[in-house]
Amino acid sequence: MAKVIIALGNDISTDDIYPGRFMATVLPSETPQFAFSDRTEFNARLKAREFPAGSIIVGGENFGCGSSREQACSTLKGYEVTVVAKSISRIFLQNSINLGLRVVLCPGLEASEGDELEITGDQVLNTTTGKAFAQVRMPASRQGIMDAGGLIPYTRTLLKARG
Amino acid sequence: MGMTVAEKILARAAGLPSVAAGDVVEPKVDLAMSHENAALVINQFLEVFEGTGRAPKVWDPSRVAVIFDHRVPAESPKTATNQKKIREFIAANGIGKFHDIRGDVGGICHQILPEYGYVRPGFVVVGTDSHTTSHGALGAFSFGIGATEMASVWSLGFAVNIEVPETIKVVVTGEFPPFVSAKDLILKVIGTLTAQGANYKVLEFHGETIRRMNTSGRIAICNMSVEAGATSGIVPGDDETVRYLRDESGVTDAIECVTPDADAHYVRTVEIDVSTLAPQIACPHTVDNVKPISAVAGTKVQQIVIGSCTNGRLDDLAIAAAILRGKKVAQGTRMLVFPASGRIFAQAMEQGYVQDFMKAGAVVMNSGCGPCLGVHEGALGDNETALSTTNRNFKGRMGNPKSEVYLCSPAVAAASAITGVITDPRES
Repeated sequence: MAKVIIALGNDISTDDIYPGRFMATVLPSETPQFAFSDRTEFNARLKAREFPAGSIIVGGENFGCGSSREQACSTLKGYEVTVVAKSISRIFLQNSINLGLRVVLCPGLEASEGDELEITGDQVLNTTTGKAFAQVRMPASRQGIMDAGGLIPYTRTLLKARG
Repeated sequence: MGMTVAEKILARAAGLPSVAAGDVVEPKVDLAMSHENAALVINQFLEVFEGTGRAPKVWDPSRVAVIFDHRVPAESPKTATNQKKIREFIAANGIGKFHDIRGDVGGICHQILPEYGYVRPGFVVVGTDSHTTSHGALGAFSFGIGATEMASVWSLGFAVNIEVPETIKVVVTGEFPPFVSAKDLILKVIGTLTAQGANYKVLEFHGETIRRMNTSGRIAICNMSVEAGATSGIVPGDDETVRYLRDESGVTDAIECVTPDADAHYVRTVEIDVSTLAPQIACPHTVDNVKPISAVAGTKVQQIVIGSCTNGRLDDLAIAAAILRGKKVAQGTRMLVFPASGRIFAQAMEQGYVQDFMKAGAVVMNSGCGPCLGVHEGALGDNETALSTTNRNFKGRMGNPKSEVYLCSPAVAAASAITGVITDPRES
């Protein structure tokens, strides 16, 4: 069980998650400081490490739309949060899988800041409201990358297999 | 079952007789493009090879392109150092398709690739930039990926686990009215589909209006297809594609256009008649918040931007210069112009457009992404409003979350520069 630390609306863009003016910063060790930096208070709470690993960011439809910048994923990965959204834009979803940021697709999700969610194999249970919502499984084609722990180890295995 | 353009291209690239939407394939990549984020790609690429006992080696240096455009010239020591590191990697790996910060062969990646003939119909193109959809204008299947995925492509030469996307057919008919153009069309399409209406799908453009449209306009519509969530926008290659590649890109080898089968399957068909289309404006803070210009005409603007991979080409500058010629940019409004490439900049000087802009009071900047992504120059002040021919208006996009960005065509931007308020070019 983990707490929802922020509940966001539809079409949250990568400019919101990681503003373009910080794009010269690329290293996953350095990007977390700029997560949601235009949401000053939330950014401060993240940086103060107020939230334990596994804490949940709730998104609406089309979470992570816009730019392909991978910093939008590494910045969240730095806090080991889980993103639970109704739907996720293509590039952000793939980047998350590639980097090992945990993302959960839950089209009917209803959750507010402060709610406690329990994520099981095929559903998300909001223990605060008592409502359960079905999860959409990740495409099977992505499972191999997730099982390998991300695209870098996955690619390394393919390279080695070439002999 | 027949195939769409995307299906045909992916089948060929995967070495399969046919594929259908939903199949998972590993297509060979014909061109892999990055800009300054190659700095991150290099980090990830080196990490892939760690512990393999192999020396890091790009699979095919002739198929890798790197174009500096996002922060040119560098705005900070950090960017300059990243650019230096990329140059060293490029030299060490023999990567030839490299466009450094130069006034002659430099420019925005999505202009450089078509301009130098790096993209051909039927190609699979990947780029670490979401607007890589642009290259569908030449009949390629072209999509944006993240830096780690690019590191994987650099290592293997193919993209892993690509799901063949479904395709939406967009059929465009009618003649554009005066001062209405491809930008207004794509804004209308995005407003109609919404920001997620084409998520995980391809937009394939058809109809007499598209067939008559020049490659510049086609790049604009494919460029912004991603704003409806599309994986790729594609104009099937035709006579105009061949003309552009031969006459403007200097391509001399064989060009094979890929067209869809008559019985190809589309998940949806959208029909648009542009003959009654008004200039369209994407209003703050989402690209699908599209309204006809009458809804926002009169809104005061402090900054006008003409340029970007969407609308910084010669015909964009031509119509803006024609509107501004002999006029002045309004007091209290500043106007910035960014030609999309060094070649376009030179052509704009030859045609006198640069002179027209400067005499009117506009500032003509070097080619590059400029203020589009709020990282470099042309930032907005608190509570200021910009009207821009670029492609995104998300909150904070031009560097300040306390500002607003409206998106429009070059004609609307130029007409509005003269008045200082959003102005319909048909009435000015």
